[in-house]
Amino acid sequence: MTDGAAASPNKLQLTPPRGRASAGGGDRLLAGIVAAIVIGLCLVPMLRLLVEALLPGKDGTLPLESLWSHSVFKAGVNTLISSIGSSIISAALGGGLALAIGLTDIRRKGALNLLCLLPLLIPPQISALAWIRLLDSGTPVRDALEAILGPISGHPLYGGGGVTFVMGLEHAPLVFLTMMAAIRRLPCDLIEAARSAGGRKRHVFAGIILPLLQPALFAGGALAFVSAIGNFGTPALLGIPGRFTVLTTLIYQRLSGFGPSVLGETAALGLVLAVLAGLGLIFQREAFRRAPILRSAGPSGPILELGRSRPVFALAVWIVLLVLTVVPLLALLAASLVPALGVPLSFATATFENFTYVLTEYQPTQRAFLNSTLISAAAAAITAMLALVLAYYAEVRRWRWIRALDAAADAPYAVPGTVLAIAMILIFLKPLPLIGVSLYGTSLIILAAYLSRFLAIVLRPLSAAMRQIDPTLEEAARLAGATGPRRLFGIILPALRPAVASGALLVFLTAFSELTVSALLWSQGHETVGVMVFSLQSEGAAGPAAAVASLTVFVILALAGLATLAARRMPKGTLPWMP
Amino acid sequence: MDAVTLSAVTKRFADKAAVDRVDLDVAAGEFVALLGPSGCGKTTLLRLLAGFELPDQGAITIGSRIVAQGGGASVPPEARGIGMVFQSYALWPHMNVHENVEYALKIRGMARGERGKRVERALAVVGLPDRAKAMPETLSGGQRQRVALARCIAMEPSVILMDEPLANLDVHLRDSLQAEFHRLHRQLGATILYVTHDQAEAMALADRVAVMHEGRIQQVAAPRRLYAEPATPMVADFVGRGLVVPLDEAVAGRSGVLEAKLWGHPIRLRAAEGGTSSFACLRPEGLAIAAQGILAKVERAVFEGAATMLHCRVAQAPEHLIRLLHRGEPPAEGTEVNVAVEDGWLLPA
Repeated sequence: MTDGAAASPNKLQLTPPRGRASAGGGDRLLAGIVAAIVIGLCLVPMLRLLVEALLPGKDGTLPLESLWSHSVFKAGVNTLISSIGSSIISAALGGGLALAIGLTDIRRKGALNLLCLLPLLIPPQISALAWIRLLDSGTPVRDALEAILGPISGHPLYGGGGVTFVMGLEHAPLVFLTMMAAIRRLPCDLIEAARSAGGRKRHVFAGIILPLLQPALFAGGALAFVSAIGNFGTPALLGIPGRFTVLTTLIYQRLSGFGPSVLGETAALGLVLAVLAGLGLIFQREAFRRAPILRSAGPSGPILELGRSRPVFALAVWIVLLVLTVVPLLALLAASLVPALGVPLSFATATFENFTYVLTEYQPTQRAFLNSTLISAAAAAITAMLALVLAYYAEVRRWRWIRALDAAADAPYAVPGTVLAIAMILIFLKPLPLIGVSLYGTSLIILAAYLSRFLAIVLRPLSAAMRQIDPTLEEAARLAGATGPRRLFGIILPALRPAVASGALLVFLTAFSELTVSALLWSQGHETVGVMVFSLQSEGAAGPAAAVASLTVFVILALAGLATLAARRMPKGTLPWMP
Repeated sequence: MDAVTLSAVTKRFADKAAVDRVDLDVAAGEFVALLGPSGCGKTTLLRLLAGFELPDQGAITIGSRIVAQGGGASVPPEARGIGMVFQSYALWPHMNVHENVEYALKIRGMARGERGKRVERALAVVGLPDRAKAMPETLSGGQRQRVALARCIAMEPSVILMDEPLANLDVHLRDSLQAEFHRLHRQLGATILYVTHDQAEAMALADRVAVMHEGRIQQVAAPRRLYAEPATPMVADFVGRGLVVPLDEAVAGRSGVLEAKLWGHPIRLRAAEGGTSSFACLRPEGLAIAAQGILAKVERAVFEGAATMLHCRVAQAPEHLIRLLHRGEPPAEGTEVNVAVEDGWLLPA
């Protein structure tokens, strides 16, 4: 260095870096605020629900006693039957597709993969609506069905069978994802050893591959079961008109019929839901625990050649996938483009009437689009900020008490949405201390519920990204004199920007069409898009319902497409549909 | 530049002491290398100095400030005024070269004009004056390490810590950066602590080398002395692969040259003042084939270019294999030779 610099080398060390006195103080303030929000939104509501469900109410009766009734028993049995049935359908379909796509030399795997995961993006009430429209009387599919089965009275999907079938399709991607991951980890040498021992393809498949993949199939099936337990959109659209009540719709009907006076009873019902979902999660963990530990230095992800049957096989897979995922959505779109239900779609009949009606004339849907956009955007931005701070102190700074909060942040996402909604009402029904205003009946309670429920969606990928970040980047900034919050926002955040953005986008996507939570929390003037699809459909406004649903699907697919493009520059696994 | 003092510093990870009662005095402006095999605790020691780890016992002083005391309060890393150069360079990927070097100055609230001058100067010192606008990912490994160095010296820290800064570079770059470190140390006069597992690097760069083993400092000495007068068998073996052999009988240490007996032969050893010892350190270049000496059989002759390393089995003590550096035509494998000890060191007790 030049003489000029050497003459004043000690100047810096005599002036300590600014903010030194508060070194650690800024950390504690930031982490404290975020921790308080997470405790208030995630932990307290869950505990409050437990208290409400387990302690005697004002009239001295135990809420759990109210469970001892015929209607509750019937809803419980319906829930179990439809969930078990649908998870079997999910396992068969998702598992079968994973084997067909992951294990063979079928072409265009990327496109098939995305098609398999499409149902993951479509909210339950919309796929239920799409299937209703696909099998309406007068549609070609219904005609074909009646030609085989004879005339069908009423709608074939209304009732337990329809609920089970459609939920089975909706949750198949969960099994597909677990199975694909297991297939990718399968060591090739195990299969090669079996082949060189003289095993034919079908022997290897039945004797080696299937047994090794069985735990993944069970684990995926358990996940599908957990999702089915908490599903509200599908039983609401298919079950309620068919008088097939499950626990989520029973809670909805009681709360919307009697209002907050039955909160204790519904809290007890919610507890039953949470316990059922918990059993499913335990089963899933057990299935994974029993999985054989596969270690191999060589390549993994074996491929079985289809040989001459490949074109026929591929055609069959494409037909099954298109019929189950794309065709119902086309039926939905068609229903939104005709002036009245039953009018066949043609160039002469096609009209944008339904779209102009929901976008420019009918105020509740206009409000709903605005509300959902604003609430989801706010939820996305706030959860991303909360998750950023939480993940930083948990994974980079490894503060123990913040790490403990991770589990609290997961709970509202793990329990069924209905349960969280009840917990939110319990917390926010009474006026808030200090402000004296109740959030119940405003958009803010929906926002609070979204924050609580969707924090985990952005927290998980952000925590993973934080763990992968080179710790010396943070250490170098520390030695440069930067305090904790300054390092987080100046060094860590810029490095993690893609992960933060995609996590926030994922929250927006999920929240935008959310129904389960908002169905219990919405009020006049504070509608959401998910609620509008449901209420228009139950009021018999089929065309506008289809239009709102079609618009929602369009928004979701456009945003998911954007995220997919952005994800090319991100680590693998950032987006659930791009493992 | 500040002096650094560690007194009785201990750091335990789950019952195992990674750093065990270490005392070390580094003078202001001194270049000290911490040398040892992986897992010896040298990196932990460096992280204790930086403040990323806190000592369980003992005290660390930088200049006149106690920065950490076992169980007591400590100065956080961001307030220690220490510069560090990492093995992974740790350049912030979203900032260009100029911004990387400038960051610490910005945080300290230095005026923009002076900041710019400092950054320019630091980049000129490391020979990268024209890469200020480059992003880190466009630079080669050697250039990245130069930027990291510039970032460190722009802070004008009183103490610079270097954690294996050359380990990720290829041999040629290592040589040229070594020369650079040497020049910079002379030029800046900063106190430098340099962690490495490469003894040649430590010897080439440091004023003094501290050899660590299993959390303890074995010896701190200037490179020449470390090589010639190892304090423990571990140092004798680790530095220059010296051979530690048992003498026939214990000898009382006194400074100068003294007589001893090895496998029945009288030998002469250099020694220092000290207690009684029965071990000597022999080096391959201190042994030679002679008319008289220890009878041994050549088991293997490994050609090393300038000389040949002979691995010889001692006739009287077949469990011992001694290495001898031989110039000229080597004897055939299997030949019996007489080995004379021309230079040896009595290991202190």
